[in-house]
Amino acid sequence: MLASDGSVRPHYQGFADWLHRTPAEKIAQKREEAERAFHRVGITFAVYGEDAGTERLIPFDIVPRIIHAAEWRLLEQGLKQRVNALNLFLSDIYQQQSILKAGVIPAERVLGNSQYRPEMQGMQVPGGIYAHIAGVDVVRVAEGEYFVLEDNLRVPSGVSYMLENRKMMMRLFPELFARQAIRPVEHYPDMLLENLRGVAPAGEDQPEVALLTPGAHNSAYFEHAFLAQQMGVELVEGQDLFVQDDAVFMRTTRGPQRVHVVYRRVDDDFLDPLAFRSDSMLGVPGLFAAYRAGKVTLANAIGTGVADDKSIYPFVPEMIRFYLTEEPILNNVPTYQLHKEDDLSYCLDHLPELVVKEVHGAGGYGMLIGPAASSAECDAFRARILAQPEKYIAQPTLALSTCPTFTALGLAPRHIDLRPYVLSGKTVNLAPGGLTRVALREGSLVVNSSQGGGTKDTWVMAG
Amino acid sequence: MLCRTANELYWMARHIERAENTARLLDVTYRMALLPYETIEPGLAWAEPWAVPLITSGLATDFYESYQQLSAENVLRFMILDSANTSSIYCCLRAARESARAVRGAITSEMYEDLNSAWLEMRVYDYNRIQSSGVSEFLDWVKMRSHLFRGVTFGTMLRDEAYHFIRLGTHIERADNTARILDVKYHTLLPSAADVGGAVDYYQWSALLRSVSGFESYRKIYSDVITPRRVAELLILRADMPRSLHSCMNFIHETLRVLCDDSSREIERVAGELHAKLRYGRTDEIIKLGLHEYLLEFLDSISALGAEINTRFLVPG
Repeated sequence: MLASDGSVRPHYQGFADWLHRTPAEKIAQKREEAERAFHRVGITFAVYGEDAGTERLIPFDIVPRIIHAAEWRLLEQGLKQRVNALNLFLSDIYQQQSILKAGVIPAERVLGNSQYRPEMQGMQVPGGIYAHIAGVDVVRVAEGEYFVLEDNLRVPSGVSYMLENRKMMMRLFPELFARQAIRPVEHYPDMLLENLRGVAPAGEDQPEVALLTPGAHNSAYFEHAFLAQQMGVELVEGQDLFVQDDAVFMRTTRGPQRVHVVYRRVDDDFLDPLAFRSDSMLGVPGLFAAYRAGKVTLANAIGTGVADDKSIYPFVPEMIRFYLTEEPILNNVPTYQLHKEDDLSYCLDHLPELVVKEVHGAGGYGMLIGPAASSAECDAFRARILAQPEKYIAQPTLALSTCPTFTALGLAPRHIDLRPYVLSGKTVNLAPGGLTRVALREGSLVVNSSQGGGTKDTWVMAG
Repeated sequence: MLCRTANELYWMARHIERAENTARLLDVTYRMALLPYETIEPGLAWAEPWAVPLITSGLATDFYESYQQLSAENVLRFMILDSANTSSIYCCLRAARESARAVRGAITSEMYEDLNSAWLEMRVYDYNRIQSSGVSEFLDWVKMRSHLFRGVTFGTMLRDEAYHFIRLGTHIERADNTARILDVKYHTLLPSAADVGGAVDYYQWSALLRSVSGFESYRKIYSDVITPRRVAELLILRADMPRSLHSCMNFIHETLRVLCDDSSREIERVAGELHAKLRYGRTDEIIKLGLHEYLLEFLDSISALGAEINTRFLVPG
């Protein structure tokens, strides 16, 4: 919110004025109202591990994160560019493999990756699109300077919070929206549906879309139900679908009904017990055969995980240059690959300054935040790295931007990131905004909801 | 609509309706247990009223498995709070909310919010809290939640298949519950044969009427003393009495006509047959057959219809 000289940045001025004018009790009352409403609406997520099976609310902070128009334009271009390149990369590695032949990325790094699906080789997918929905995590370190932390190309979640947070802010502070030109995000479900219909198997005029969920016990179930409802499509579980003559059908009260596009929120491994994990109860037997036969589109495609893997991440700028012959607009965080001698020894010498992540990890689990870790924690992690260096990468800690956030001691700066949702189909699009996550612990850089993170509304200003 | 979705909607509605009817039953039992029978008819001990809700719901065996003594407190605990009794109000509200959660996309957000907040409120009740704020107060709350849910459903939901399955669930459950409540009188013994038509008999019939919100309607329609014959007529044959068997079958038959296509005409025919029996039935015949026997037959028919609905629409093989 503040510039380095302590003045309020112009696009935050409207909100800062309001904050200044509004009595503390009124703000406290609004915060309580938000909490009650989120509970009643049931926007909760299930927690794995401790207290398994319970439902928790992701803390919501009423101070919005605001992005001015020019900065958003840059971000938007950068995201489209990056997701474009990633889709071209996926299409390439499952077909011609020209980037591997050109030696831009070592072939074994891709083909030997556990997320690479040989079953997908040589298969044509509609429009050549693999990652129809991408949730790219970015952080801002300075004016107009964004770094990409992760490209989430499998089943990225969180977009329901983008929508619900906005709804909540408009309900709590209508006067703020009346006075400022904040770009709307409410049309995201329409964009998503349009996008999914656009990638249906060729020749389907009225494609039927269904959203496949692992079920009510999945941590993101609220979002699955929410999106299905907002798009007006069926929310199905594996048991609701069956495959006959390579076509996919839903079991309905009026008999079998054909499905052409499955927006699946089930991981690759569990999609089809005949093709992947045979113990999966969540999938649909025969779904992969139907997919290969071109009678159903899966969004996202199978095998996208190889492109957002942390061991492939360092090559994304090269992909952009290779496929688009453009310079990357968004930065990659410099990444040390610990299977390399030099990187490993540098990393072991500088552990307290670095963030170390598991190559295949996600959700903020199994990582070391050097600056926040005790020396005992560093030593423990050092031993784990030395045992299996190829399992880890390391990155310098960035000076993440902060945003004022309500804490037990009043308003204080907290680190934030941003996950915009990029939709690829006939065109590449994104709603102006995304999910802003905030690390609620002082000094913490970890924003994951499973690790005590909260969320904020994200305002992209018009003009 | 997905069969799984239809199944959840149908049971969501049945569970809410069951919670309401359980509350009605307990409410009336509670009021009756407070009446000073000794004063009304000196020398007469009141046949234990707390057995009634157990017999009506067919839960007496389950009750005695976990409780040794028949007492107001034990029956209230069992019927309201017991998480091991799947028909307790606690379990019904939980099941309704779980179903709603499983099919959030098929209902309006107001409906989900309503069931969710009912469940969140239910969770904070324990026996002491119910006692201190008043049992009747709590039971009124349950009835209000059910009214609210029906109102929200009626007022916000698209008249699509989902709506029809909800309506079907509500009325199948209500038909079953009304028949069971009406049959209570058969199980509730009077102190002696001489008491037929006496004050205790009167209070039992009026309590029964109250439990289905029928007392005021009875007065309006008959403006006369309460007789078993008229109670039977009111709660079985009158189409304008919203909890009567006839009224429930009106809704069920009408809804099935919308839901059935050519492949499921048989269900519609079965419902139509049952409907016709109520529509063209006469009180004399019911009395001649015996009210208890008539109700047993009806309960069998409605449960057979429920089974048909299950295999055709909800859980096809």
